[in-house]
This record gives sequence, C-alpha cells and structure tokens, in this order.
Amino acid sequence: MQSSLSLSLSLSSPLPTKANPSISNSIRFCGLRREALVSNLTQRIQQSRVWVPRALPSANGSSASVKGGFDYDLVIIGAGVGGHGAALHAVEKGLKTAIIEGDVVGGTCVNRGCVPSKALLAVSGRMRELHDEHHMKSLGLQVSSAGYDRQAVADHANNLASKIRSNLTNSMKSLGVDILTGVGTIVGPQKVRYGKVGLPQKEVTARDILIATGSTPFVPNGIEIDGKTVFTSDHALKMEWVPDWLAIVGSGYIGLEFSDVYTALGSEVTFVEALDQLMPGFDPEIGKLAQRILINPRKIDYHTGVFAKKITPAKDGKPVQIELIDAKTKEPKETLEVDAALIATGRAPFTKGLGLENINVVTQRGFVPVDERMRVLDANGDLVPHVYCIGDANGKLMLAHAASAQGISVVEQLTGRDHVLNHLSIPAACFTHPEISMVGLTEPQAREKGEKEGFEISVVKTSFKANTKALAENEGDGLAKMIYRPDTGEILGVHILGLHAADLIHEASNAMALGTKVQDIKFAVHAHPTLSEVLDELFKAAKVNIGVSVNEPVAV
Amino acid sequence: MATSHISSSFTSSRILPVRWLRAVPRRSRVLTVQAKIREIFMPALSSTMTEGKIVSWTKSEGDRLSKGESVVVVESDKADMDVESFHDGILAAIVVSEGESAPVGAAIAFLAETEEEVAMAKAKAESTSSGGGTAAPSGGSATAVETDGKVTSAPAVAAPTPAATAVAEGPKKIVVTPYAKKLAKQHKVDINKVVGTGSYGRITPEDIEAAAGIQSKKPAPAPVTQAASAPAKPAAAASASLPPPLPGSSVVPFTTMQGAVSKNMMESLSVPTFRVGYPVMTKALDDLYAKLKPKGVTMTVLLAKAAAMALAQHPIVNASCKDGKSFSYNSSINIAVAVAMDGGLITPVLQDADKLDLYLLSEKWKELVKKARAKQLSPNEYNSGTFTLSNLGMFGVDRFDAILPPGQGAIMAVGASKPTVSADKDGFFSVKNKMLVNVTADHRIIYGADLAAFLETFAKIVENPDSLTL
Repeated sequence: MQSSLSLSLSLSSPLPTKANPSISNSIRFCGLRREALVSNLTQRIQQSRVWVPRALPSANGSSASVKGGFDYDLVIIGAGVGGHGAALHAVEKGLKTAIIEGDVVGGTCVNRGCVPSKALLAVSGRMRELHDEHHMKSLGLQVSSAGYDRQAVADHANNLASKIRSNLTNSMKSLGVDILTGVGTIVGPQKVRYGKVGLPQKEVTARDILIATGSTPFVPNGIEIDGKTVFTSDHALKMEWVPDWLAIVGSGYIGLEFSDVYTALGSEVTFVEALDQLMPGFDPEIGKLAQRILINPRKIDYHTGVFAKKITPAKDGKPVQIELIDAKTKEPKETLEVDAALIATGRAPFTKGLGLENINVVTQRGFVPVDERMRVLDANGDLVPHVYCIGDANGKLMLAHAASAQGISVVEQLTGRDHVLNHLSIPAACFTHPEISMVGLTEPQAREKGEKEGFEISVVKTSFKANTKALAENEGDGLAKMIYRPDTGEILGVHILGLHAADLIHEASNAMALGTKVQDIKFAVHAHPTLSEVLDELFKAAKVNIGVSVNEPVAV
Repeated sequence: MATSHISSSFTSSRILPVRWLRAVPRRSRVLTVQAKIREIFMPALSSTMTEGKIVSWTKSEGDRLSKGESVVVVESDKADMDVESFHDGILAAIVVSEGESAPVGAAIAFLAETEEEVAMAKAKAESTSSGGGTAAPSGGSATAVETDGKVTSAPAVAAPTPAATAVAEGPKKIVVTPYAKKLAKQHKVDINKVVGTGSYGRITPEDIEAAAGIQSKKPAPAPVTQAASAPAKPAAAASASLPPPLPGSSVVPFTTMQGAVSKNMMESLSVPTFRVGYPVMTKALDDLYAKLKPKGVTMTVLLAKAAAMALAQHPIVNASCKDGKSFSYNSSINIAVAVAMDGGLITPVLQDADKLDLYLLSEKWKELVKKARAKQLSPNEYNSGTFTLSNLGMFGVDRFDAILPPGQGAIMAVGASKPTVSADKDGFFSVKNKMLVNVTADHRIIYGADLAAFLETFAKIVENPDSLTL
C-alpha cells in the first residue's frame, strides 16, 4: 500500500511513479493520522508528505455547481479562526461555501483573544525590558524611566484586531466564500436559517453543516461581572484602565498572560487558583520553573486551593470583595479586597440558539458531542448525518489553530478523503515573557501511558543558559525538556520555557506530526548561533535503544 | 567638599562566633565534647559562579540524609544542579530558604549527626541568619569550616525569618498588597506594626519601604496619561511630582563603583560620628621627606606609617563597632588610603602598616596604586582597612571633614602643610609649617579623650619623625 511510505523518503521528493494519484490524494495531509487506512498495518506509520499537484482549481461560489439541489455544499456557522480555516480549505477543494456570522468576523481569537492580547503582550514585554535596569545595564544600555500612554496601548491592540479582521474578511471574499450575516440556526437536516434579530430570516440548504460557534469566557456562579471592576478577558483586552491591584481568578494561560501584561504596566496581582498549585495545566517541572521566573520575582502573590465563592464589584466606596472558600472543605477563608478582578476561569462553549434540539443533539456541559472525525453525535450517541462541529464548541482542544486544523480535517472527509486529526501533535503556547510552549504529553501523562501500555519513557532537558543566542540577549532563563520512548525514539512530548519558546516548539510538533524519530532528527542541522539549538541539544542528548533506565537523572 | 570613602565589607565571620557563644554559652560547653555539626555550604558549580540561588530543597528539616543523597537544587549562572550531601546525618536547619541566594562557600544548612545535636544546630543556624542581616557579601568567597564542637559561622546570608504574613481575621484587618508583602519579607518588616496609607488603608510597598528606612528606588511604570478609573478618558496633563528637568540636562546612571560608594555613604548615616581636629607642625617631617624622596618614599606612606604607629599605641582607635553592642579590636593595623580615580574612588590598603618599614611600605604602595589604576585590586586589597587616611593637602585644602566608612572606627582627613605664624610658649613669634588633621570617629566606641590622646601621639610622631625610619 502506497500510503505506508517510510519516513526515509525525502520530504520534498515527488511521489514515486508507482503511486496511484487517487491514493496519493488521499494522503495529502501530512501527519494527520488516518487510522482507517493505517490500522491494519503491523506498525503504525505516519504518512510522509507527498507532493500532489493541485487537482482542483480554486473555485469561486458562482462557478461551483452544487450537486443534489442544495444552495451550498458547505455552510459554516461561525466565522472565527476555525470557520475561516475550514472555509478557505473548502473553497480550495471546490466546494461552494457560505459562512454565517452573527457578530464580527474573526471570532474570539481575532477580536477578543489571541490577537489583541499579543498586542498588549508586545507592549508589556518591552516595558518590562525597559524597566529591568539590571538587564539593560548588563547590556551596556542606559535608559531613563519609561512610561506609557494607556489609550495608545489600547489602540494598538484594537487596531491590530481590526487589521486582522479585515484580512480575514478579504481573504474569504476574494476566494468566493459567501459571508451571510446573522445568527445561524439549524432548523432541520441540511437546513439552516439565519438573519439578524427583528429582520426577516432567510433559509439556506447545505449538503453539510459545520458548527464553529466557539466559546465565551466562563464565569462561575456567584461572580458578578460589571465590566469595570470585575471583568473577563473580553473587557481586559480593551485596557480601559490599569488597576493598582488586580486579582486574577484562574492561573491558566489566560490568567498568566494577563498577569504579565498588568504587572508590566505597574499593577500588583493576586492569583486565585482552585487547584493546589499554580498553572495546573503545565508539565509540573515547567510550572515550577515558570513560578520561579514569572511569579516569584514579580509583584504577584497567590492563594491556591481556594474558590472565589462570591465576587462583588466595587461600589459605594468599597473595593472589589472576593470571598474565598477552601476548595476541598468549602469552609470560608479570608476575603480579599482589591481594585479589580479578572475572571480567567476558562471558557464555555457558545451553542445557544444553534437549534441543536432540532436535530436531537444534547450538549454535554455545553459542548457539542463529536467523534474523532468531528462528526456530531445525537442524544443516543449515533452519528447525525451531515453535521460536524469543530473548535471550542466541541471542547476537544480549545485553541484557535486546533479549530482550524479540525476544520481542514472535516473538509478533507467531505471531499472524499478519510481523515483523523492527531491532537497530540498540536502545539500550544503561552505568550508570557519568557514564553511557554508545549506539544504532546506532559511527563506524568507520559509515565501513566507508559505504565499502561508497557513501555519505558525517558526525559532529556536542556537549559537556555547554555545557549549562545539566549546569553547574547541576556535571557538565559529557561528550560526545554523532551519526553520520548527510548526503545523506539518516538517523541511523546516537548515542553519549553524560555525566550521565543512559542516559535521554537514547531520543530518538535512537526516532528511529532510527521512521526520523525529522535534518532533521525538529531542529524538535522541548526544554524549557529540560534535559539533553535536548544532543541538541537535536546535531540542530541536523547539516548535511543541503549537501555537507559527511566529514572536516571539527566544532567542539564 | 567633603570626600567620601568606600570600604565595602568588614569581616563578619570574625564577630559572629563570639555572638553565638554569648547566646548559648552553657549548652555549647556541655555538648561540645563530641558534638559534630556540619555545614552544608553553597558549592561552586562553575568556575565563574560567585553566588547561587536555592531552587528547591529536596529534603526538609528533620530529614535523615545519607552520604551522596541529593539535598538541594541550586541554580548557578549556568544551570540548575542537584547538590549532594557529603556526610550522613540529619538535616537540622535550613539557613537559606528557597528562592534566596547565597555566596559560594556560605552555609546554607546545618547537618547534625545525631538527634541530640539537632537543637544545637538549630541554634547555630539562628545565630547565623540573624547576624547576617547587614553584612555585605561583596568580600567574595568566604570559606565555611567544618566544626568540631566549636562554632564557626559562615558569612552572613540573608535568611528571612519566616514572616507570618497571615492576614489576621481579627478585629483590625490588615490588607497588604502583593509587592508590599514581598518587600516586608525581604526587609524583615513586621507588617503588624506598619500603618497602611494606601487606598482603603492598605499597606503599600511605599509603606514598607518607609518602615524599612529605604528610599523608594523608582516608581512602578506609571501611565503617562492620567488613567483614572473612568474608562477611555483622553490624555490629561501628565502628573508630575518632581519638577521637570531643565532642558538639555541629562541623567547619567552610577557605575558599579559609584553605586558602591553611594550605598556605603547611605550606610554611614547610621553611625554616630564626631570630629576632633589637631594642628601638627611638619618641619621635621618635611625634612625627612626631602631626604627619603629619592629612595621612593612618598608623603602618603610617611603619614600612613605615622598613623599606624600612633594606632599601635591607641588600639581603640583601630577598633570598630559592628553590632552596636561590642568593641571589635582588630588584630592588625591596616591603613586604607583614599585614592581618587577616574569617575570614582577606591581605598587600597597598606596591611600591617605598623610592622613594615617605610621602604617595604613604599614598594607595596606603588604596587597597589598601579593595580588600582588598572582596576585589578583584589577585594582583600581594598576592603581590609581598619583605619582610613585621606589627604587633600596637595590641592591646597587646609582642612576638611571625612565621612566614616562603615565598618571602621575612625578616618583621618589631612590638610595642606602651610607656613603659619605662631607663638611659642615664651611668646616668640615664628613662622612654622603647620598642617591641620581632622579625625572623624564612631562615638559608640571611641570617645573624645581617646581621639585627643591618639592625635597627640600622632602629632608627636610627626614632629619627631625619626622613629618612622626605625
């Protein structure tokens, strides 16, 4: 079977002539596992990237003909990053596509998430650097005190969001994706109604429907949001004021990034975390180091193992009140009095008004249930034909790029190529200073898996302190670690904390997606001196197949 | 213009043992017979490492350790490393807690051999940490010594007393901001005694700094525009608490040396000093100088030698007061001499100035000056002074007032030697070369009469300088 090409095949070389074009088409997406095709192989082999001539001309709406009398081949509900990625791929595949957006194109990521927050983090990163006298002095620079103009900072974030938004809109328009305005509701099989409230509703039919409605900030019960002193990331990104003392409820990515922004702008921060340790989602070792670099030296303190039971916004001359209770015993603990509270307790799927009841779908904790191919399941656990759901709304992996990858995977299936996305090769990043990034399993997860499936795991680590480029930048804080199988060389997870970690992770995530083994990638050459040598050292430090014991400490 | 002098660290290791013995005199004697308490000290993990930060303690107090077991993770300038114990024992006390730094060689924990010795080791740890507050670790690596019963202590490492910052649920609620909490821990300020001046009566970082008696380094990055809590107000006038700098003025940050001077000068404010002046006739000294000059002897060395010989007769003026409770008599007489340098000042030290002869001292001095110019003085060569000499006579200054460097008992300011009309005891006028010297001293240990007697001796030696050449 041609799809079982071995990895030694040079990635750029065209498919050997013996390959049948139809099969080669079906393995277009590198590294995205196609289990149906592969499962009968004795060894699980990841597909290598195969060059395929673009078989279908990029179609635009007018020229594409829709079979079966539908208005569209694909109607996507929600024009966030997931819907956008799916729409672009669908058009490329020749599908007549429409996208319904009830709010603004771009969704959370572009308007209220990743994009504006990166603008603020760019400001905070520079601010932090300019205020780090020791750091400046050691570089030989003299800078007199830096200040900022809050409104200009807010404008920078806002301008970036509008720019990216118009880019997204234009890219879809120019490719011929119909943008339909209004809230989309599934009214029956293959039928969607949309329209603005109070205006006549329109109905369209589609061969397939893709739900990509995303999420909104999750606000636990007992917390009163006023948008001024108690707010979510939606409000925080507008940067309407900088409180002297900000409590951040939740110490995940969102909370951590905002702590970076606000402390750089002069706020003091108090974290409130329900679990026993900060940054619960990270690899424990990375979390510990992150605490040493991102929390302890900054104007931040924290309360762990507590819930914010009640949060009352500032009013009547009183500050914001946060009533804490013990997360386990539920006994009341102290009450915090701060100037503002940012609720960063995660995100809840946004599926209201979708009309899921019309197709007998019941959400689970708000999420739309799907199988590994993003096909929506109904109340009985059966597949709902022609309905898919991607992104935050299905809750598999709540990241913008994961949504986009899921959307592309769905379009692949719609165009006749079975496809299952390997979520373990999707990287994630937290854009603090320095950044944190990761892909695959954490060390405890890998150990658990190894124990269950009966293989050993090994861990190697390298330090940014040993990297020339990092030292040149005077940014030696940081660690990269890789968890891998010493028997096969399979990379199970990579975690990086350090300068530009978010950009560095892709070498590892691509290796994982492509199924590249440690023993192979270690021979790839890295330019010197670059930060990428941190990963180079990691690969070179790994020992495959020579019986390294699992618990042997590794010098870093 | 008053001059200032730096003389950075005094040897804290000398005094600490004394204090410990005072703290627990009986007990130590009883237990010393076989007690064996070892120090775990900050290892040098790389050749360039001067201090290390404790990342985490893998063992806690009370844990039993065996040789070779990992005890602590240390972050050096290069990497994090596990540090192993060299001995079996019980981890009795941790002196440097997680997140704190200590110079290479400093004790970071105490290891007791048996259960009985745990208490003793703890007491020792306490004396180490409490004494450490003010010592500057700039003296470079100090060595920690394994002790058999006797007590030594490594140079001080700031170990925070576990500040109980629990916010009391009592009638009076104390609200402390996160940074204020950190500062309070760092400067060992009891927040219960601080009155909050922030909004809603909060204790702010400024309150802690005021309580700790330090000046706020710089304000947190403040928005340039007045960002009131009302959202989206257009930029109002910039707030200015300080008058704006004149157009064209510039701000030049201190160099490391200037920073050290500034720090020492601020520290000197905590010492109660007084001054005594004395006229000294210099005809004989000038004659001697003219004779010795061809042999490479300088006036500086002559004065240093004279001061050293006077100090030998008045050891109190060579002493210092380190803790406000005791006299510390120094075993040698080391004369620090202030030398102006480009953009700073340094005090090379003529060690054992009372014992070496003029020629050896002169050679030594030449070498020190050369090293000072090349910025190659080792810490021991500029911070081991027990008495400082500053001479501005060459500028024609007739008298001036010196600031006492922290850690020393006295400093002598020497003016120019000038022909002066004076009357002798018989009422005859004559013109003689007269030089005014002015000594600043720490009145906690050196009293007026002590200083006067020292100056009298000094004047006698200068006026009959033959003894200098002996």
